[in-house]
Amino acid sequence: MVLGGLVILPGLRQAVQRLRSTPKTEEQERRDVMREPISTPTDVKVTAMMYWLSASSPNSLEATPIQVPLSADPVERSKQLVNALITRAPAKEKQTLPAEVTLLAFYIQPDGTAIADFSDEITSGMPSGILSEELAVESVARTIGANVTGIRQMKILVHGQEAETLAGHLDLYGLFPIPSPTPASPAATPRSTAPTSPTQGKPGSSAPTSPAKQLSH
Amino acid sequence: MNSQVARDSGILVGVPGKSILFFWVWMIAAAPTFSSAQAQSPQVPATPAQAPPQTPGPTPQPTPPAQPPASAPPDTEPVAPPKKTLALVILDPGHGGADTGARGLSGIKESEVVLSYARLMRISLESQGLRVILTRQANDGPTFDDRSKLANAQRGAVFITLHVSSTGQPGTVRVYSLAQMAPSQGGAVAARAGLLPWDRAQYRFIDQSKRLAELIQIQMAQRFRGSSETPFEAPVRQLRTVGAPAVAIEISSVSLPSRASLDQMGPALADGVARAVAAFRTIYESGGR
Repeated sequence: MVLGGLVILPGLRQAVQRLRSTPKTEEQERRDVMREPISTPTDVKVTAMMYWLSASSPNSLEATPIQVPLSADPVERSKQLVNALITRAPAKEKQTLPAEVTLLAFYIQPDGTAIADFSDEITSGMPSGILSEELAVESVARTIGANVTGIRQMKILVHGQEAETLAGHLDLYGLFPIPSPTPASPAATPRSTAPTSPTQGKPGSSAPTSPAKQLSH
Repeated sequence: MNSQVARDSGILVGVPGKSILFFWVWMIAAAPTFSSAQAQSPQVPATPAQAPPQTPGPTPQPTPPAQPPASAPPDTEPVAPPKKTLALVILDPGHGGADTGARGLSGIKESEVVLSYARLMRISLESQGLRVILTRQANDGPTFDDRSKLANAQRGAVFITLHVSSTGQPGTVRVYSLAQMAPSQGGAVAARAGLLPWDRAQYRFIDQSKRLAELIQIQMAQRFRGSSETPFEAPVRQLRTVGAPAVAIEISSVSLPSRASLDQMGPALADGVARAVAAFRTIYESGGR
């Protein structure tokens, strides 16, 4: 028996090493990223700065701090933040994303480009208009920028595919810059959500954000 | 061709076969000589306005002795570049066809409202001496690129796309242009061989578009209380592929209880846009900012 074990063991060891080195198929990778975000024991309840519509100024966003458990992993953290943006708006009129939308997937590429894949409801449930579409993207970008480091820009997909517009107006062709974390401000007016060209994904080459255009009230 | 074939065909009857063979060999050998002589004659690219090149005359004339060149007249004034003129406005009522755009609970459809706005604007713009083209005249639904194609086929034009939103403070107007690009990105869209990349055609006109947006927004702030005095920048899909100064105007909103309130905004909207475009024309044609 000992001799038999000595004969079999190297073969078993090789098989294990082969399994470890086997690359994941595309379907396996897709399943991995589409699984529901999991709250891990390492999630820490922190104060996250969320950007929803301003109650006093419907044409602008307002930073609202909330307590939410967030993962240390940037991908999981981003998913948790976007889900909170959808489900934890203080009031219906402050919602920037349709309540029925789902974040299907979220990736971060090595160059700091995030890819956010939303369900079809982001188009069908979105109030149509340049203003509402711009504020929707702005709320996601600012929320992620305020709470996650290492993400420079974001590409939005709809149900896994590139879409021409978000809901008929806002161009989804390029990449949306993610602002660096800034001190919370009472109200954040819509700044330029200028996307960068999809071919300009190199670090440091994203279009600079223009200063916010103040609205007269 | 041998004498047997010649006899059969009735051609060249009586001509010895070897002579014919020698003739053809001589023709083949002399062909390169003929073709090189032809290549040395001057060739000019044909243009629609030029006649085909003429072959040289049979008898070359002796050239006269070289004369000292007459004193050339002093350099004339440099040729001025062609003057830029702005004579055309492309009005783009957004959406159309099956795409009604934003819809209000009272049944207001964005596609219908913007078409009526465009018709009013046309009258006001034409009173300023401008020609106007609409990207759609009725309830048809051209694509983004169809509308851009129409605009890009023109010269000396500006492009204005019209929209009504679902949200925003009712009775206000916002004017958008695309945002500035970083210098590194601007270099990437430089024209090559006189062509602009279609998907980034607007990026060479962003400064002009922004100026047009400023002029229109000022007019809107004067006419519609609550409207911003400064324009906005946003990645509006329709603007990106337009190779001309281009802005988007969005009026709030279809959420009003009736369409009458939106219709009442039409004349002031048209007048403001016409005045702004007239002011922009002055700047555009003078080459200033």
